Amino acid sequence: MSDAVQDYAHEVVHEDHGPAKGLRRWLFTTNHKDIGTLYLWFSFLMLLIGGSMALVVRAELFQPGLQFVDPQFFNQMTTNHGLIMVFGAIMPAFVGLANWLLPMMLGAPDMALPRMNNLSFWILPFAFGLLISTLFMEGGGPNFGWTFYAPLSTTYAPDSVTFFIFGVHMMGASSIMGSINIIATILNMRAPGMTLMRMPLFVWTWLITAYLLLAVMPVLAGAVTMMLFDIHFGTSFFSAAGGGDPVLFQHIFWFFGHPEVYIMILPAFGIVSQIIPTFCRKPLFGYDSMVYAVASIAFLSFIVWAHHMFTVGMPLAGQLFFMYSTMLIAVPTGVKVFNWVSTMWRGSMTFETPMLFAIAFVVLFSIGGFSGLMLAITPADYQYHDTYFVVAHFHYVLVPGSLFSIIAAVYYWLPKWCGKMYDEGLGKLHFWLSFVGVNVTFFPQHFSGLAGMPRRIPDYALQFADFNMLSSIGAYVFGFSQVLFLYIVIKTIKSGEPATGRVWEAAHGLEWTLASPAPYHSFTHPPKVVLAEAHS
Amino acid sequence: MPAHGKTAAKLMLIVVGMFGFGFALVPLYDLLCEVTGLGGRTGGQYVIDPATHTVDKTRLVRVNFITNTNAGMPWAFWSEKGGVRVHPGQPKFVKFFVRNPTDRVMIGKAVPSVAPMRASGFFHKTECFCFEHQMLQPGETLELPMRFIVDSQLPKNIDSIHLSYTLFDVTEIAASAPVGAQASPVEADAKPIGAD
Repeated sequence: MSDAVQDYAHEVVHEDHGPAKGLRRWLFTTNHKDIGTLYLWFSFLMLLIGGSMALVVRAELFQPGLQFVDPQFFNQMTTNHGLIMVFGAIMPAFVGLANWLLPMMLGAPDMALPRMNNLSFWILPFAFGLLISTLFMEGGGPNFGWTFYAPLSTTYAPDSVTFFIFGVHMMGASSIMGSINIIATILNMRAPGMTLMRMPLFVWTWLITAYLLLAVMPVLAGAVTMMLFDIHFGTSFFSAAGGGDPVLFQHIFWFFGHPEVYIMILPAFGIVSQIIPTFCRKPLFGYDSMVYAVASIAFLSFIVWAHHMFTVGMPLAGQLFFMYSTMLIAVPTGVKVFNWVSTMWRGSMTFETPMLFAIAFVVLFSIGGFSGLMLAITPADYQYHDTYFVVAHFHYVLVPGSLFSIIAAVYYWLPKWCGKMYDEGLGKLHFWLSFVGVNVTFFPQHFSGLAGMPRRIPDYALQFADFNMLSSIGAYVFGFSQVLFLYIVIKTIKSGEPATGRVWEAAHGLEWTLASPAPYHSFTHPPKVVLAEAHS
Repeated sequence: MPAHGKTAAKLMLIVVGMFGFGFALVPLYDLLCEVTGLGGRTGGQYVIDPATHTVDKTRLVRVNFITNTNAGMPWAFWSEKGGVRVHPGQPKFVKFFVRNPTDRVMIGKAVPSVAPMRASGFFHKTECFCFEHQMLQPGETLELPMRFIVDSQLPKNIDSIHLSYTLFDVTEIAASAPVGAQASPVEADAKPIGAD
């Protein structure tokens, strides 16, 4: 591969005018690497905050009865855990990876709109500052679940809901600006020869994700604006008394919400499609079908939203439509899983930490996909709805799915970012602790859910005690093993062994032609991409 | 760079369009409910068209009445009968009652819903208290008349219909009514719907 793309690393180094010093560097930076770093550290902080809230929840659920927190606070913890993890941890982490990697993968000097890039990051700390500050207000923070169904979030909401609404507006603005930037970068800044069908899959998945974000974040903004008007200006969008309909809220929310769950998984597909070929020393199996599968999943995500609300009452034709269209998503998703497995088939595989996380992703995400299929069956969903089975399902796709892919990406590209190698032994320890922790936490929740344990309740019947105790133990193992992750990353940055430019024996793609650490400005002269195999 | 500006401007159009689409979902959803009877939504005031109106004496359909008050609504609300049996096409008169047990003037509004959903398009109200706000003095009891017709085209497999009313306290909403941009679909549609 190194002869396919010319090596410009040496040229960039002496032109490099380094970053400004101190705090001003981070406040005023327009550099894609700085902003990527900010996004990643911010999302890690949010992971720890959201994770602590999950541990409060798991502590309360360790035994039946009410031990540590009162139910009101428990509700605030589940709600904020969900909001912070979705909007504060997973999404910004993917945007951070996009910032770091897209220009390097496309052969561009920086993102297309660097000043807007700075703005879209710096909105986030304020948005989440606003959201988290509500926990300290009189009446408490949001306590209506991360789905904030009306009228819980309007008529019965705490007064702080207005801050929550503005927080969501700000997160939405940040995501929209980030998406515009990403699309503009991908469409306009590819190096000569980097045609669309030669782009690395991480770039492809982000291009499609960015379009999804543009399509649904404004709908979410509309939904919270309607809530704002219902609460403060006497309208009745969601109030039956004034002629509105609370079910309308669920339709609008899930019209946003379902594409949103793919926003959180498509970039993960991209990351895994980068990592698996490297450690199999083989090109990705079925590149074209991977691209089409992602596009199909994105399209289908717009026509399945009502499978979240089978139990609100819907004509039979509607239930059948949403059931079948939901099951149809398993087809392109299956294509992807089979392609990953086929890439591994007869590959010269090695199992470094990024590969371990990527393989765990394929296996555990598939488990989450299968429980999703079970939930898609309308009559069965009447039993599963609002139980821990749903909790187990979406945690399997989000934690060993999205989060594992992000961790894998950090291990995979960290040597390129900081020029130093992480400690492989510690990385593997982190993997096994996380892998065991995540399964001990969430696998038992399938059983308690099937047996009828409702979600979002701080107390439960005695027969669920064993499964919950197991779940709580797993959660603490998983939670604290992320502190080990923090230690590993800091240790790497401070005192890791120097990494080579290529880093991994079989790494493909333009980013590996740069020196490690990657120079402050990536490609000041566009490299010439000559081979169709430019993607990994 | 102008190229980026152009791309960004085009993408902003998607954003603005989708923000509008979110709000467009509100009337679209109303329309969908109207057409499919989603949520058991019934139409506005019905006017009998003598040219096409028929009474099906061969069938009897049971219509059951359910009265609910929304959480926090202190009024008593009941119907004179739990249910009636009617021939499809035959007009029927039923009385409902509300009482305001509080010591303040209050305004209430009843919102109807029909089950099964498929029957909602065949349940016509020629006169209903649910079309209007009801204002009650402290301790006052009011008789609320309701006239309805079950359409003679009602699908054969439906032999029983439930009409449920939920009574809402709209004292505050009515007071701030001019601010509310959102018109009540029941009021907005209180025009005759042709017999079909």
